[in-house]
Amino acid sequence: MKITDAVHRVDSAGKLRGETKYIEDMHFDNLLYAKTLRSKVAKGRIIRIEYPELPKMIFIVSAEDIPVNNEVAMIEREMPIFANEQICYLGEPIALIVGEDKDAVLSYMSKIKIEYAEEEAECDLLLAAKKPDQLITERAYEKGNLSEIEFDEKFTETFETTYQEQLYMEKQGVVGTVEEDVVTVYGSLQCPYYVLNALKHAMGMDEKNLRVIQTPTGGAFGGKEEYPSLLACQVAAAAYKLKRPVRLVFDRREDIAFTTKRHPSKTVITSYIKNKKVIGMDFDMMLDAGSYLGLSDVVMQRAIFTMTGAYQFENLKIRGRTIRTNNVFTGAFRGFGAPQSMYGLELHMSHLAKRLGEDPLSFRRKHYVRQGDLTATNGRFNEEIYLDRLTDLLENMSGYHEKVSKKSSLTGYGVSVVPHGGGFTGDGEAVHIKAVVKLKKEVDGMVTILVSNVEMGQGAITTLTKIVATVLEIDMDGVQYQNPDTFFVPDSGPTVASRTTMVVGALLAKAAAKLKDRMNEPGEVMITEHFKQPDYVKWNAETNQGNAYMAYSWSVLLVRVEVDPISYEVKCTDIWGAYDVGVPIDEKLLIGQIQGGMVQGLGYAIMENMTSKDGGIEQIAFSSYPIPTTMDVPKMHADWILNPYSDGPFGAKSVGELTLVGVAPAVASAIEDAMNIVTFEIPVTPEVIERSLE
Amino acid sequence: MSDYQYILNGEKRVIACELSRRLLDVIRIDEGLTGTKEGCQEGECGACLVFIDDQIFNSCLVPMSNVIDKSVVTIESYAKTEEYQRIERAFLDAGAVQCGYCTPGMVMAVATLLRSGRTLDEETVRMGLSGNLCRCTGYQTIFEAVSSLTESGGQDG
Repeated sequence: MKITDAVHRVDSAGKLRGETKYIEDMHFDNLLYAKTLRSKVAKGRIIRIEYPELPKMIFIVSAEDIPVNNEVAMIEREMPIFANEQICYLGEPIALIVGEDKDAVLSYMSKIKIEYAEEEAECDLLLAAKKPDQLITERAYEKGNLSEIEFDEKFTETFETTYQEQLYMEKQGVVGTVEEDVVTVYGSLQCPYYVLNALKHAMGMDEKNLRVIQTPTGGAFGGKEEYPSLLACQVAAAAYKLKRPVRLVFDRREDIAFTTKRHPSKTVITSYIKNKKVIGMDFDMMLDAGSYLGLSDVVMQRAIFTMTGAYQFENLKIRGRTIRTNNVFTGAFRGFGAPQSMYGLELHMSHLAKRLGEDPLSFRRKHYVRQGDLTATNGRFNEEIYLDRLTDLLENMSGYHEKVSKKSSLTGYGVSVVPHGGGFTGDGEAVHIKAVVKLKKEVDGMVTILVSNVEMGQGAITTLTKIVATVLEIDMDGVQYQNPDTFFVPDSGPTVASRTTMVVGALLAKAAAKLKDRMNEPGEVMITEHFKQPDYVKWNAETNQGNAYMAYSWSVLLVRVEVDPISYEVKCTDIWGAYDVGVPIDEKLLIGQIQGGMVQGLGYAIMENMTSKDGGIEQIAFSSYPIPTTMDVPKMHADWILNPYSDGPFGAKSVGELTLVGVAPAVASAIEDAMNIVTFEIPVTPEVIERSLE
Repeated sequence: MSDYQYILNGEKRVIACELSRRLLDVIRIDEGLTGTKEGCQEGECGACLVFIDDQIFNSCLVPMSNVIDKSVVTIESYAKTEEYQRIERAFLDAGAVQCGYCTPGMVMAVATLLRSGRTLDEETVRMGLSGNLCRCTGYQTIFEAVSSLTESGGQDG
């Protein structure tokens, strides 16, 4: 069997039968129910909280109950676990109200009175960006010498994107328990060790007394990257105070209103053209970080370090900023900044092609990067790059030239070409993550995978099991995956950044190769493997110079839409995608990521219109925030080339995020083609089309 | 004492709770049958689908008063049927399961399509599953799973 051949996922049968126990399905003896008491203002100070007399079996857990530090340790420690006096966003947690009976908790909550000294909230990104105090981080770098180049013309456009909600089907949920001297948090989460680190800081205990167990996770898409750390600290403190298990599971409306989402952005792009080629670009982007920085600066780095996409532009001036507002705080979401920057760049490239009278793919081909070229950040593209081959594949599989030449009115075609870097930015894998994996041969010969990377729907268990079994040349039945539990698994890093297969899978493949020679030894055998940064990765975090990523995956997309001439409703009928993800570990898992990413990207492009008013998200239910249903999905056509990456397991690179990133600009461009309009924002709703026609 | 009864997964049950209580809460909390999921809490996502007298309903919208003397079947019971086995096989072969949270509800909707006696062309399948939201798969593998079931006439082989 080849590594690419599809297998049945190991976790599917239990999910189909309803046997898989998610956090809300698990039983705990003496479990208490918790509900979050939230601020009703976006900015202000709490003057007084009037808690009515506590009935029996109702408890309040607030800032004073955090044993050591009332701070959520992420990159910064600026966000409180429970608000102290200052309120920074609408819905900021003030306390947990905990009790045996949900109705009693809700009844008590309705009687709590909070008096605020309300302050003027900063809810507009563009206004906030004009105030120096609202700037949180700024990064800038240059390449070549943009100010001195000679050019024929320059062309400036401004692009805006709004929020996108992950809308994982399983809401946020955690349970805290205390047994003897160990505080345990169970939860639907992507990063067990992020949570453990946050707990250590809040609780003042070490990893012997703190334990994090990931429960089957019903979708995450980045939404369960940093956010669960906040909830984990809250229930840990509650369980520690009450000496009973405490469960906090959000209501759906609460989840949509108050958890992290994709950053709204504004990007100004100026390209400098000479002889019908882009020879320089000025790229200036700002992100609405919301009330706390969280991961926003890291998101912004991913957005701007690969802002040149698939192209070689010799002269660059790049700036990225994260701006503080009193809106809901924004964070990780599949693509992590790239969906915003690639939307702007790719739509701009299509606009340029049209302006210069060229085919959008031919125009792009003139700028494609090649192996050995300098990246935007003056690193070197290390691996083989086959963008022309990939574009040929897309053109052939879709019948591109015939289709676009024979298109009828009200139908349109749009393209995009994007990279996505696998793993952490720069030297992050070596400096910050320092992944460790373990592989254990049990006494009975069974091999156990010990990593902290989680299954959240993407197929991690199947992928990692298949890699190990294939190296060992044994059946997949002979390999088991230890559910992430910080008492048993090492810190192989978070389940983010499209790194699980490419980085963690590669470490497991190395460990398996070592174990293979020792499989006949009696007793237990434990193999430990540490991440080692490849020699070609050189990064200077001070200057933002060097290899921003170890390796890139690539997609070339073609989208076809039909637009209703009266309602301007857009029907996306087809998406074709050609991919280079190295070597896919399993074709069916790859297809699952491709189709899921295409549809989530389609939602971002035309449907998912999330706005904020006075600091409050305006669409907080499934009925007001439509995501694609079976009626909305196009025919999806995917193919790929094999381009083995030397440091990936069996040649694999990253997949998970790439598949979403290129969709929105291709869809927007297709709508423009159908309606002969120009657009500068997503989602491209009927209202946007109507405005563009005027 | 209440005189109200209903049948849950083939067994007679006395309704001991308020008649306004949601069927979903009775199934999940009172009965401990957690295969039925709560996704949106307002009848939009289909994660909580159950059969009531062989028709599918979002159990988050059904008060217990609506199931008096009726038969409720959840995924736990349906998963024991031969028809389910064929659906499971088709979902496994098509790779139609990712995070799994929408999956039991999706299975119930597929079962209803199979039982409808309609020709399961693409449009019928899309319509039949339009009340079931999935954020992971992009639905196409689910369509393929249903299609493989109809190709074999809903039978094994």
